[in-house]
Amino acid sequence: MLELRDVQVVFDGFRALDGVDLTVPDGELRFLIGPNGAGKTTLIDVITGLTRPAAGSVRFAGHDLAGRKEHQIVRLGVGRTFQTSVVFEELTVIENLDLAAGFRKPLWSLARRRRGVSETVAEALARTGLEELAERSAGVLSHGQRQWLEIGMLLAQRPKLLLLDEPVAGMSKDERERTGELLTRIADDHTVVVVEHDMEFLRRHASTVTVLHEGRVLVEGSVDQVSADPRVQEVYLGRKASDAVGNRP
Amino acid sequence: MIRRNLPFATVAVIVLVAAPLLLEPFRLSLLAKYLCYAIVALGIGLAWGQGGMLTLGQGVFFGLGGYSMAMHLKLTEGGGLPDFMVWSGVEELPALWVPFANPVFALGMAVLGPVAIAAILGTLVFRQRVRGAYFAILTQALAAAMVILLVGQQGLTGGTNGMTNFFDLFGRDLAEDSTQRGLYLVVASVLGVLYLATRQLVNSRYGRLLVAVRDGEDRVRFLGYDPALVKTVTFAASAGMAGLAGALFVPVVGIISPALLGVVPSLELVVAVAVGGRHVLAGAVLGAVVMGYAQTAFSEQFADGWLYLQGALFILVMTLAPKGIIGVAERLRRARTT
Ligand SMILES: Nc1ncnc2c1ncn2[C@@H]1O[C@H](COP(=O)(O)OP(=O)(O)O)[C@@H](O)[C@H]1O
Ligand SMILES: [Mg+2]
Repeated sequence: MLELRDVQVVFDGFRALDGVDLTVPDGELRFLIGPNGAGKTTLIDVITGLTRPAAGSVRFAGHDLAGRKEHQIVRLGVGRTFQTSVVFEELTVIENLDLAAGFRKPLWSLARRRRGVSETVAEALARTGLEELAERSAGVLSHGQRQWLEIGMLLAQRPKLLLLDEPVAGMSKDERERTGELLTRIADDHTVVVVEHDMEFLRRHASTVTVLHEGRVLVEGSVDQVSADPRVQEVYLGRKASDAVGNRP
Repeated sequence: MIRRNLPFATVAVIVLVAAPLLLEPFRLSLLAKYLCYAIVALGIGLAWGQGGMLTLGQGVFFGLGGYSMAMHLKLTEGGGLPDFMVWSGVEELPALWVPFANPVFALGMAVLGPVAIAAILGTLVFRQRVRGAYFAILTQALAAAMVILLVGQQGLTGGTNGMTNFFDLFGRDLAEDSTQRGLYLVVASVLGVLYLATRQLVNSRYGRLLVAVRDGEDRVRFLGYDPALVKTVTFAASAGMAGLAGALFVPVVGIISPALLGVVPSLELVVAVAVGGRHVLAGAVLGAVVMGYAQTAFSEQFADGWLYLQGALFILVMTLAPKGIIGVAERLRRARTT
């Protein structure tokens, strides 16, 4: 279970997060929405140790995450992707996945050459549908394929909690559909938090949604509850929430 | 397997068999000197080419190795205090020098000293996420500081002149051609073994991790690795290579002095790696040998021209062929096969 209590983040006097409380039970697929600048990415940054909170607590699976280094948090089973995907372009798809899968091995044991494909890597390849591209260098992948590779790398780490920052941004309709199915399947055996704007995508794949606004949690509930909420509509400038949310990049 | 190792085997035969048979002793010694530089370059190829750490201070580690060996050689000559100490009025052997009479200690220090210093420096610096140009400047400052230290401690280090006049190595006469030929073979073998080991490392999972750290250090953290540790280990390995190279250089060339390990020589080696091609280890080695040879050939004719030529060559390579000689060779080969 992921538990944030009264988390505050201040950048040069600006409150990016202003007392966020958030609880995500094990096995849930949670969507996080909110206008640009609401603090969604900052929230993920705080959980993963990239940004230090000014106050509040972040706990995951019984561990206090505050003050831990990024790689230590990963070792506790928390994985993330970034809004702009970062894969290692000079390495092949397999090598990217293998690297992600290997972090629990002691450093000296990495001094040997990779032979074949480990079970974890094969599984991540299959789940993301990247088998055909396995030996290609990641630099030649399309935008959508890169996002899948990132998700695959995350899976190869065998995390308990996955935090995905706008994984379908910039994808075609087909790609979104595939990604949605992928996320749903992943959520079968992981806890997943997805930052996403697209209302249609939310309707199809979300169960619980948390709306963030100006660094605070505005509403939490089902997609229908949330989009019917007057406060949410107000945040999106009085327009119908479904339109406003749906059109954001 | 055989195909992949064919280029290496060919070069190994030329260097180990053909060169000692064909080259006169003077030329062979010069080649040994270039191969010493090539060992340093190999370390730079690993740290910079693969790991993205632009180290401008490898001269420091080279120097530590060189001075360790020089101290040992000075102590085994017999006849009391080293010559330069007598000239600078030192009457008793400084305590720091005493253990260097032992060859194992001296050789150990030549390698482990640089490894330890690089490991400490790396731990401090990489944890603070000092990188890129800041790291480069820091290592360069280290090289400058090392020179000041050595020059200032006249009685301990021989000051500006450093140390020279070595006569024997582990009981062999250094002036003998056979000793020099043996030394050449040792240097070449050390380079060969280190090259194979480093290549193995680069091709291993660790090598992939190193490239990942170079291209996306922040991303690597979120894969659960500690980039600072990866960089520190790599930097320490490159320092160890430079130290060993320094220790071999001293009996080959017969001198060690601050001028051989300051800012300029450190930079020259990085330039050599860039000219050869930093993205592959063979490029680093090739660059060191080519630039070493070019320096000798050029300086024999125009003494001062070399520095300018070197600068011009560097700019030329950086703008026209950023992957260096090896990059050009690869392009030519691909053009021929397609
Ligand atoms: N490193 C930073 N320094 C200063 N301000 C930042 C930094 N990161 C984010 N912010 C600000 O914090 C607010 C929240 O940003 P972010 O979490 O990226 O929003 P979202 O992902 O919801 O669009 C924005 O106003 C942004 O400008
Ligand atoms: Mg964002």
